[in-house]
Amino acid sequence: MTWALDHIGDIMSRAGQHAWLAGLPLVLGLVIALPLGWLAARRPRLRAVLLTTTGLLYTIPSLALFILLPPLLGTKILDPVNVIVAMTVYTVALLTRTVADGLSSVDGSTQQAAIAMGYGSFARFRAVDLPLAVPVIAAGLRVAAVSNVSIVSVASLIGISQLGYFLTDGYARSFPTEVWVGIVACLLLALVFDLVIQVVSRFLTPWTRAVAA
Amino acid sequence: MSLATIWAWFTDPANWQGTDGVPNRVLEHLLYTGLTLLIALVVAVPLGAWVGHSGRLRWLVTGANAARAIPTLGLLFAVSMFVGPLIQSDLAFVIPSITVLVLLAIPPLLSGTYAGIDSVEPAARDAARGMGMTGWQVLTKVEAPIALPLFLSGLRSATLQVIATATIAASVSLGGLGRYLIDGLASRDYVQMVCGSILVAVLALVADGLLALLEKRAVSPGISGRATRVARSRARNSDPHSEPDPDGADRSDPDSRQAAVVGSGSTGPVEATAATGTPSERDRP
Repeated sequence: MTWALDHIGDIMSRAGQHAWLAGLPLVLGLVIALPLGWLAARRPRLRAVLLTTTGLLYTIPSLALFILLPPLLGTKILDPVNVIVAMTVYTVALLTRTVADGLSSVDGSTQQAAIAMGYGSFARFRAVDLPLAVPVIAAGLRVAAVSNVSIVSVASLIGISQLGYFLTDGYARSFPTEVWVGIVACLLLALVFDLVIQVVSRFLTPWTRAVAA
Repeated sequence: MSLATIWAWFTDPANWQGTDGVPNRVLEHLLYTGLTLLIALVVAVPLGAWVGHSGRLRWLVTGANAARAIPTLGLLFAVSMFVGPLIQSDLAFVIPSITVLVLLAIPPLLSGTYAGIDSVEPAARDAARGMGMTGWQVLTKVEAPIALPLFLSGLRSATLQVIATATIAASVSLGGLGRYLIDGLASRDYVQMVCGSILVAVLALVADGLLALLEKRAVSPGISGRATRVARSRARNSDPHSEPDPDGADRSDPDSRQAAVVGSGSTGPVEATAATGTPSERDRP
């Protein structure tokens, strides 16, 4: 405990780096997965292709992906961009399916009503289908957030600074306290991500609260 | 670095011999993965089946899923530091790593088995009992086939998780393909790291492909939806003997078929991807 307090500045700065490396890909991944999931939900044949491709990307183990990306992207191995890209790939892989599932779960009669009211295909997606799919997408985002926070720590093996540093450094120095601090910090960060997503999701779906009340 | 240097590494006979050779490293990786899955299956399947069947101790599944938030690297280091010194042999590096791998493989297997058994319609169970099946028969002939798709997707995610983490475990001195990544990093041999990463990725893709194939083959046609296609083509053919019945026993039981349709849900039974984790979560309507 005293060790954690003594190093609180270092912990906070690495937590910030960790949040950036895990959080930015969540946003980027969601932005990419929305149109992909929309396509997948609309065209069953495309759905199979998209979900298989993203599924294959997800299959590649993280450490291998961190190492394989530099020659593909032309970056240096220590460049944090590799981690951002790798995590974005994983997020897209997780969320494309979630977005497609969420959009498909929208009630058919609701969609019919929207069409009857004169909504075009894009307007319906933006004003009807997407908002109704928010709870499903948020659930997928929560899974992705927790998994991102965990995977980012692996990048400390190749020397990229974030909370995982305390894990590798603690192990290298046979200093368990530091490892525990790293684990707890990762868990807390995952918890924060989880809470933020839940709050935003609630904010975006006021009608679910109205029903509950 | 170019493709030529990668090609040169793969075609260098020195990289295919001895402890450090590709065949031995692949074999080690497969051994760790197989052993881990075996232990995890022995623990998780009976437990998951019992929780799903009885509906008791559901918090076990929830707890196991929550435990997935623990960073794998941290778990690996923490367990190695505590368990390692207790073991006075060459196994000091293997046992902690396998322990962590088993811990990581259990949650997806547990929730897959649980969600599979839990998805069985009570009506299908009752019908099976009404037909005079014993509890064991209900489990093996009705519940198990219906649970199979969700269980297999759990197995698939567990396998990927273990292959990926066994790679990372090279940093706590485990053998396997991860050695190329970790040793290459230590000696700044970037070509070796990249070639090792390619091998790991290929191994994961092949394992995933084989399990996907198994899912297709092993799941009863009445559950995967293949039976309806067969029925339709049969109706067109009008000759009842032109099409071999792929699984007569299962299809003759209309209740299990109906339950299967309900159980598999709209997302499709094969879909609960691993890392997205909890099939139970995905299967919720």
